[in-house]
Amino acid sequence: MTVTNQASSLAERAARRTPAAVAVRARGLSDRAVAWLFILPTMLLLLAINIFPLIWAIRLSFTGLMANLPNPAGFVGLDNYIDILTDEDIWANFRVTAHFVFWTITLQILIGLGLALLINQRFRGHSFWTTVILLPMMLSPAVVGNFWTLLFQPQIGPFNYVIGFFAGVAPSSFSMIGSVALAPWTIVLVNTWMWTPYVMLICLAGLRSIPDYIYEAAEVDRASPLRQFWSITLPMVLPFLMLAVLFQAIQSFVMFDMVNLLTSGGPGSVTETVSITLKRAAFEKWETGYASALAVILFVTIFGAANVYVRALNWVKQQ
Amino acid sequence: MRMNGTHLSLLCCAGTLALTLGTASSAQAEGKSLTMCWAAWDPANALVELDKDFTKATGIEMKHEFVPWTSYADHFINLLNSRSTECDLIIGDSQWIGGAAENKWYVKLNDFFDKNKISMDTFLPATVVGYAEWPKNTPNYWGLPAMADAVGWTYRKDWFAKPELRAEFKAKYNRELEPPKTWDELIEISKFFTGKEIDGKKVYGSYIFTERGSEGITMGVTNAMYNYGFDYMDPNKPYHMKGIVNSAGAAKGMDVYKELFDCCQPPGLTNAYMQEGLDAFKSGQVAMQMNWYAFFPGLNKDPNVGGDKIGFFKNPAGPTGQFTQLGGQGLSVVAASKDVDDALLYVKWFAQPEIQQKWTDLGGASASKAVLESDAYKASAAYAPSFVESMGMVKDFWAEPLYVPLLLDMQNRVHDYVVANKGTSQQALDALVKDWIKVFKQEGKDPS
Repeated sequence: MTVTNQASSLAERAARRTPAAVAVRARGLSDRAVAWLFILPTMLLLLAINIFPLIWAIRLSFTGLMANLPNPAGFVGLDNYIDILTDEDIWANFRVTAHFVFWTITLQILIGLGLALLINQRFRGHSFWTTVILLPMMLSPAVVGNFWTLLFQPQIGPFNYVIGFFAGVAPSSFSMIGSVALAPWTIVLVNTWMWTPYVMLICLAGLRSIPDYIYEAAEVDRASPLRQFWSITLPMVLPFLMLAVLFQAIQSFVMFDMVNLLTSGGPGSVTETVSITLKRAAFEKWETGYASALAVILFVTIFGAANVYVRALNWVKQQ
Repeated sequence: MRMNGTHLSLLCCAGTLALTLGTASSAQAEGKSLTMCWAAWDPANALVELDKDFTKATGIEMKHEFVPWTSYADHFINLLNSRSTECDLIIGDSQWIGGAAENKWYVKLNDFFDKNKISMDTFLPATVVGYAEWPKNTPNYWGLPAMADAVGWTYRKDWFAKPELRAEFKAKYNRELEPPKTWDELIEISKFFTGKEIDGKKVYGSYIFTERGSEGITMGVTNAMYNYGFDYMDPNKPYHMKGIVNSAGAAKGMDVYKELFDCCQPPGLTNAYMQEGLDAFKSGQVAMQMNWYAFFPGLNKDPNVGGDKIGFFKNPAGPTGQFTQLGGQGLSVVAASKDVDDALLYVKWFAQPEIQQKWTDLGGASASKAVLESDAYKASAAYAPSFVESMGMVKDFWAEPLYVPLLLDMQNRVHDYVVANKGTSQQALDALVKDWIKVFKQEGKDPS
């Protein structure tokens, strides 16, 4: 009651101090108008930095514009889209991206869930270890790319020394980022190292949302730990896991900075994900129209896949 | 008193001096300045030193904007295209000349050269074609040759002189261990050194360019391909590339480069360009190194691998000839500059023979015939004779307005084959021809 009295007293005082003209104008606005007034700046900002560039990119995708030349952008119809969709190299880049996304997600989910189960045991010092595990996620992808490049140096990198020590091979006899066979796995390894803590956090939130009494009931029914995991933990964490998969799939699909710094898409094109291809087309070849068409295709792919996935997520939640 | 020739010359000199000083003091009073744009590397430091003389002579302050090689092209091409006034003078890459001329980024210098009696005949012909002319091989000048450069090779002279290695090489190949004259010899020597332990360290035969993102592997592979029959187009049919770019000889040249990469490149150097080569050579990792001559003065003075330990040789020959990749840049006046007249004054000053000589003495690389062909220059450093010879056998990449996509297409195709083992050299070159035809069609040219 005291709180309500204080609030009404504050409101009265504010009303008394409001200039008459302002008060009249404010009284003249409907609730809907006031609501619009509040969200208008956000809407304008969204239009300016999201919607307008998107529409502009769609428009450019039908032109042959090259932004580094003063020539006007000629209308080319669907040529850019046809070029992209019939280009074997682009499909190869999509396959590279799919490999990267699939293995990154698989490893992140398996390791992230495992770590979350471990941390959820609340052993002595678990807060400290949680912080340690979270460290990679707090770093900038540019920093991660640079220092892993150093770690992978065949001559001076500690990574090769450690592998060489255990595998009994000379450290300089292989190159993680220079080898055609190893480079695709190298970017998976680094991305997994960096983003597994994020998946772990989401899983931990899921694990801690499961009420203890369910486990207590299961123990009364003499359910084994494995049975408890399959029948209680996994189903109840599943919506969280699916959410993690969604976030990480989008993040991996558009991953650019870390891959660019580690391998720049090489050797050859074996780690050239579509985001690298897009950057090369847009800011190295300056094929602005072509790059816009590729960006639109990527947007539609991610948007469409995410939409289907969210529906699946909702279905799982309902179950 | 009748005035003789000497008196007349003295009077002229005095007049010029008075004019120059007058200009200098008035410029100083007005606080004039010019901004010179170039890449951030060793010769740029020499230019800063040289430009102090220009300020002394004219009173115009020189400012410098040097950008790392990795962003040099992107940065300055964007500035030029946006008509930025940031640069008054630019030392632009040879590949830019087509775009710069057709888009009027640079001031055309023909009238200025005629008026000031600056003759292109005083510069090495390859540098005039490479750094000044557009269209190529026509007397339309958009720059003054400023920094002559080409790809060359360094080798560890001290390793080549080791008696035990010389004996072993002679027994194996039945010839002396000397710097290679052909690509076959280059590969043999590289294989000979690879895996050897020298000074307690495992070494490799040779370092070659493999960089993928900008121009590195193209600037490397062409040194083999030119000498096995590769050319950019049919000399009798402009822009006709089928059977020329992807000829059997061109494919063989690419195979040779790949063989050298596979056998003898130090591990991990799969995306490596100038700096990585310098590091590999300075750290005693390789017996031979491909790199630009512009770095050789610095290497020659290096306390660990310079002096008596280093030797230089020009790009080896192949079955169809001996060429090397042209590097270097020309000095141009930016059309959007607000101080075009002062910038032209700089070009005039820079073109003087004594300034060209001083430019070379400070660590730059003049393209002036008088400087490079003098006996004094050839005797000035170990790399000088091979540099002069190299400048007489250069070829350059396309300098079309759309050179960037042309270059990146070649980068991708070559890197895919040489480093990533994708397909065959013939398939790579066939695909490259298709890529290039597409680009030329975009440019409105007929490559059929």
